[in-house]
Amino acid sequence: MPDLISALHLSAPEATLAVGGLVLLMLGAFMGEKSVRFISALSVGLLVAATAVAVTGPLGQAFNGAYVADPLAVYGKALIFLSSAVAIVLGDGWMRRARIAKFEYPILIVLASAGMGMMASSGDLISLYVGIELHSLALYVLAAFHRDDLKASEAGLKYFVLGALSSGLLLYGASLIYGFTGSMRFDEIAAYAAANQSTGLIFGLVFLICGLAFKVSAAPFHMWTPDVYEGAPTPVVALFATAPKVAAMVLIARTLEGAFAGSHDQWAQVLILISLISFAVGAFGGLVQKDLQRLLAYSSIANIGYALLGIAAGTTAGVQAMLVFMTLYVLDQFGFFAILLSLSRGGKPIRKIADLAGLRKDKPVTAIALTVLSLSVLGMPPLAGFWAKFYVFGAAADAGYWMVGAAGLVASVVAGFYYLRIIKLMWFDPTPEGVGPTDASPVEARTIAWASAAFSFPLVIVAIGWIDHFAGVAATGFGAG
Amino acid sequence: MPQIPYILSVVTFLPLVGAGLILLARLFNKAGADGAARWIALLTTVVTLAVSAVLVATFDPSSAAYQFVERYVWFVGAQYHMGVDGISILFVLLTAFLMPICILASWNTIRDRVVDYMIAFLVLETLVIGVFTSLDLFLFYIFFEGTLVPMFIIIGVWGGANRIYASYKFFLYTLLGSVLMLLAMLWMAAETGTTSIPALKEYAFSAEAQPLLWLAFFASFAVKMPMWPVHTWLPDAHVQAPTAGSVILAGILLKLGGYGFLLFNLPMFPQASQMFAPLVFTLSVIAIVYTSLVAFRQTDMKKLIAYSSVAHMGFVTMGIFAGNDQGVQGAVFQMLSHGLISGALFLCVGVVYDRMHTREIALYGGLTARMPWFAAIFMLFTMANVGLPGTSGFIGEILTMVGIYEVSTWTALFAASGVIFSAVYALTLYRNVMFGEITNPAMKAITDVDRRELLIFAPLIIGTLWLGVQPGLVLDYTAASVEALTTAYRAAIGG
Repeated sequence: MPDLISALHLSAPEATLAVGGLVLLMLGAFMGEKSVRFISALSVGLLVAATAVAVTGPLGQAFNGAYVADPLAVYGKALIFLSSAVAIVLGDGWMRRARIAKFEYPILIVLASAGMGMMASSGDLISLYVGIELHSLALYVLAAFHRDDLKASEAGLKYFVLGALSSGLLLYGASLIYGFTGSMRFDEIAAYAAANQSTGLIFGLVFLICGLAFKVSAAPFHMWTPDVYEGAPTPVVALFATAPKVAAMVLIARTLEGAFAGSHDQWAQVLILISLISFAVGAFGGLVQKDLQRLLAYSSIANIGYALLGIAAGTTAGVQAMLVFMTLYVLDQFGFFAILLSLSRGGKPIRKIADLAGLRKDKPVTAIALTVLSLSVLGMPPLAGFWAKFYVFGAAADAGYWMVGAAGLVASVVAGFYYLRIIKLMWFDPTPEGVGPTDASPVEARTIAWASAAFSFPLVIVAIGWIDHFAGVAATGFGAG
Repeated sequence: MPQIPYILSVVTFLPLVGAGLILLARLFNKAGADGAARWIALLTTVVTLAVSAVLVATFDPSSAAYQFVERYVWFVGAQYHMGVDGISILFVLLTAFLMPICILASWNTIRDRVVDYMIAFLVLETLVIGVFTSLDLFLFYIFFEGTLVPMFIIIGVWGGANRIYASYKFFLYTLLGSVLMLLAMLWMAAETGTTSIPALKEYAFSAEAQPLLWLAFFASFAVKMPMWPVHTWLPDAHVQAPTAGSVILAGILLKLGGYGFLLFNLPMFPQASQMFAPLVFTLSVIAIVYTSLVAFRQTDMKKLIAYSSVAHMGFVTMGIFAGNDQGVQGAVFQMLSHGLISGALFLCVGVVYDRMHTREIALYGGLTARMPWFAAIFMLFTMANVGLPGTSGFIGEILTMVGIYEVSTWTALFAASGVIFSAVYALTLYRNVMFGEITNPAMKAITDVDRRELLIFAPLIIGTLWLGVQPGLVLDYTAASVEALTTAYRAAIGG
């Protein structure tokens, strides 16, 4: 019994979310549709509480090694839970305006967060899979949340079918790994791999990477991303772009740098290939997009390529770089999506990039915020996006992957074109004739957008030191040197 | 006079404070914001000039060491490390000197979004001065890259008809050059464990690493400079930029490339510099001869001057990689003098453009009769551009050619022919615009330069002539630093 109690104590963040989510579900069911705001508020509170529990909780292993609470997990969970909370805040008002507000929305996010927390803490293949499925199932539903909308239904279905396929790949890889090593636990797999050369293990590993690459929407497993980004409700996309990507990246770091640290030479090749393809697809694919959310999809593909490059470096500095990158990336992404959510004309949300023209006149502060965010993702120093790239490419160059780094930087110049186009539309082009002013923006979206831009510049100059420190602590023990 | 602590930070960030004041003025008084923006910008740049004059006055030119050094730990990987030597201090002064001129030149011509314009210029001034004062790899990179954004906006918002194309080209071209430099910087920081530029100058990079690092930095600075064949962004950017934008571009931003060569390529990778010197000489000679010929065929005044800038920058690269005292001294001098002369030439074009709204050479002619003052000013700067003795243009060219003659006679020979070509295109431009009969009836009513314009030209005229007859003003400041640089270079290549 003491074992179980200490295990529950260790896994308290997920337990809080799971139990809290179920309680909220009951509350919602009894209170009916009018409870949406109340449930949303409670969900945000629950996620913040779970973050507090995760940050202050004890470190160790639970459930016979299936669950690990270490600094990496804590760092990941703090980022994941807080991102989920922001997604609920962003979604609440939007859903009500779109008349699809339902109390299930925050609850599904809470349950997905429990799954993502599990992913960040997984210590063996079973908890890895359970975490992935728990968050994926909730996300499939969220993608199709706007169920009367054709595109949303399409997005949900596509995401589900392709997600199931990737789960299949992942399970197949996991079963191969189990078959060849005789263990589910990462530490025992690592011990086996250190002692034996096994081709089957590498086979399983490649399948596992493919499944995980799907979850982070790295090319060539990115096919679902533009469609889901375009079709799913915007606040849901804001969630997709942030928390699940962090969870999957932490999981990839944990699996590859933990269980398969010894096979770095093998998996680094795979990751580098994935990174290179992601750079190219993200940079060139984005050039022809007209829809803002599709553009953000391609931007995310390229950015995930950068994050993966950090892991591919195989060093502690690389894992740290990945964490710094994801943190700054998430903060920028929320800015972008908050701006998207805050812009509408005549009650219809702005979807086309070209509709941004003339924003300078209506909403100068939002236009400045979007400019700052675009420059940041473009990698202009000293904005947040620059530091993200700075860490990743520093780690890559340090590990000797400077050719890959050069390719990534060149791709970032190509991608620069589409970020510049956003700036050009807002500042250089004259206000188009016959287009009405944009509607008043909702307070929560506007606040988050401005806060995110203010973080990108100038707050990041101070904050980067702290992020560096915490990410450094979290990365300790993963990767070589 | 004792050296004032923190003066470098003050001179760097003063313009930024001015930009903040403009923003405040805009927030509190919307109606009068344009006028306030102009005056605040002018005042800020003049004060910055005054502070940088104090900086220069208290600088000790006999020492090659970095002075006014400020150094704080920022976070792991980068430091706030500032300082100037005899070379960079003059570029700080040049920047501070040209900025009030730019603000004055835009006084009446920029009527649209004045507040944004002035803020962009002040931010640009902070960033450019930051490039010249930073002594940390990444601080340098931040300032260096940062200059792209305000310039992108200046071209894109206040530029000519084809400004969007020009601004994209400017931005993406120079960005592509500098991302490779970033990678090299990251590698150097990882390899040496320091990001301090003075420390990196002492570090001996291995013979295998040097060529790649050299090329990475070269990619960035050659685009910035710009050297043939990566110069094609410059004519477009110049033609589309507003007058003051062209002045800043030609006067200061191009110098970032030459300054970068002096800060990184030559001292940090001496073997590679020696190895690639023939390449640089070849490109420089092509730039001098070829772009001079191209300039001769231009029909647009600004484009002509833009190509002439590329040719003049050829002398700079040639002088730097000659690696001897005369060459490097000449290169620095040429950059400073070109900052004054090309800035003045773009202002001359601005004067007639403001009146006639065209830059087509063919539409002009016979302006001497209507604009005697302007004719004299334009003549002076045309001659300075050609390198007439007595003007600053002469000193730079002769020094770089003396320098290169010691290293490569053939390069000197071709470069000298470039001087003749520059006379051909510059004098042809002058004849076509100023002499002859007035063919265009619209020119009949053209007026001579007014008092504001004379005020703009006066400091440039004084500067050009003074440096022309007393080059020691500059050379005394740079001597110690250049000698330290070339001595170390010769020692490293064993010559």
